[in-house]
Amino acid sequence: MAKKVLVIEDEPNIVEAISFILSRDGWDVSVHANGETAADTVRGGAPDVLILDVMLPGRSGFEILQELRGEEATADLPVLMLTARGQKKDRDLAARLGVTRFMTKPFANAEVLEAVRDLAGNPAS
Amino acid sequence: MPQSRLTGSRIRERRMVRGIRQADLARTVGISPAYLNLIEHNRRRIGGKLLVDIARELGAEPVSLTEGAEAALLGALRDAAGRRPDQDVELDRTEGFAGRFPGWAGLVAAQHGRIEELERLVESLSDRLTHDPHLAASLHEVLSTVTAIRSAASILTDTTDIDPDWQARFLRNVGEDSARLTDSAQGLVDYLEAGSDVEETPISPQEEVAAFLDGIGFHIPALESGEGDPEAMAEASEALHTSAARDMAARMLARYQADARNMPGPRFAAAWAQSRDPGQVAARFHVDPAAVLRRVAALKSGPTCGLVICDGSGALSFRKPVEGFSIPRFGTGCPLWPLYQALTRPSQPIRTRVEMPGRTPRRFICLAICQPQAAPSFDAPPVFEATMLILPEDPMAETEPGLPVGGSCRVCPREVCGARREPSILSGRG
Repeated sequence: MAKKVLVIEDEPNIVEAISFILSRDGWDVSVHANGETAADTVRGGAPDVLILDVMLPGRSGFEILQELRGEEATADLPVLMLTARGQKKDRDLAARLGVTRFMTKPFANAEVLEAVRDLAGNPAS
Repeated sequence: MPQSRLTGSRIRERRMVRGIRQADLARTVGISPAYLNLIEHNRRRIGGKLLVDIARELGAEPVSLTEGAEAALLGALRDAAGRRPDQDVELDRTEGFAGRFPGWAGLVAAQHGRIEELERLVESLSDRLTHDPHLAASLHEVLSTVTAIRSAASILTDTTDIDPDWQARFLRNVGEDSARLTDSAQGLVDYLEAGSDVEETPISPQEEVAAFLDGIGFHIPALESGEGDPEAMAEASEALHTSAARDMAARMLARYQADARNMPGPRFAAAWAQSRDPGQVAARFHVDPAAVLRRVAALKSGPTCGLVICDGSGALSFRKPVEGFSIPRFGTGCPLWPLYQALTRPSQPIRTRVEMPGRTPRRFICLAICQPQAAPSFDAPPVFEATMLILPEDPMAETEPGLPVGGSCRVCPREVCGARREPSILSGRG
């Protein structure tokens, strides 16, 4: 059974590209675009890796991450944060909130794939 | 009564233009020619009845002999000196310098003004990178689109066995995103180019609205008559370049129109002239006192006055300037302004005499009140807004000293102030 990756990103063409490369690599990919309901989707989906955008409609990725880190079930969930905001203060904030990996846009597909493998190992194992 | 000693120069100039001998003028007003000579050479201060008598003999208003460009020039020269405390500037001879070399003094003041303007620009530009939501959103849009194109292009080139349907989909995505990138990049360039035109283009929506108001004035006939359409006026304005500024201006104009509808110009002017009490006038027109303060500031033939409005955080959302009362272009004002006192006492009217710093302090009566704004729901936290009307006092009037306030800490010369939040660049020169 494939490991699950949840992509929370509101940019449909980025979602499509990430989903494509991860699916081809053997991951079970699901997507979500709304910041307000993102945390519930994480709880319900129980992913092995979460890919989380920062600027989302309704709620920022930082707020979602903070909430997830406060819950036992998601306190150690590997989170790869994607953002166009690559300033040091954003990196610092993400680190304080407990992000596992921080990646700034524009990124390469291979970087995302490598990061997900680093965080969760082999998709089928 | 302290007066600018340059008043003497002006008296002398006016006397000579009118061809009146010094001795004759002295005799008419009941002083010795020697004393008048000292006054005319700015070695004796003048005020009160003597100033009024001399002004009458010279066919001038007393205020025209004591106020005007020279006062502003002296203020600018003192500010310029305060900028460089390491320079041993002869501050006690400022007036003499301005009197003897008006051209050079004007140049120094103009250079000082230009330096301040450039400093504000630098401040706002650095602030812009951090806080400008439009710029942040534009950059985010560009980077996200580039990411999408890069990912799709990478899939198309790296995946040799890609399904034709997926290939078509990613090709379409690249095409769409390329067009989107063109638009967003062009929009960003336009925005940044507009911002680089520092002489004419405001650098934030708030400044656009301020420029818009400067252009149309604070009395807007089209809205007084009820015929104007706030949204259409904002849309049609060439001073408003961004949608954020147009939205802000439209809201402000709609509020103006509502005020004008509730307090029609002639009736309101008569009521204000009769009572001068915002509370009484508010009761007469069944409006809140803050609306009355706004309306006074919008009267065509009303008193010369300024108006500032701030939200609960203290951020100024409206500025109508008035001579002598320094209102900062960016950030918040002096924490001692009655405007901020009102924030701590919602719904309680405040009337306070304040005094701006300077060798000849300018006094103002400030009427301030803080009121809750319409809440979006019953249990939403209250949102407050404070409004302050600034009425200059007659400089010739004998009044009690006012509460010492300033414009903003950065340019306030008051050395002892419990409300100071940052050192003044005029430190030690007050």
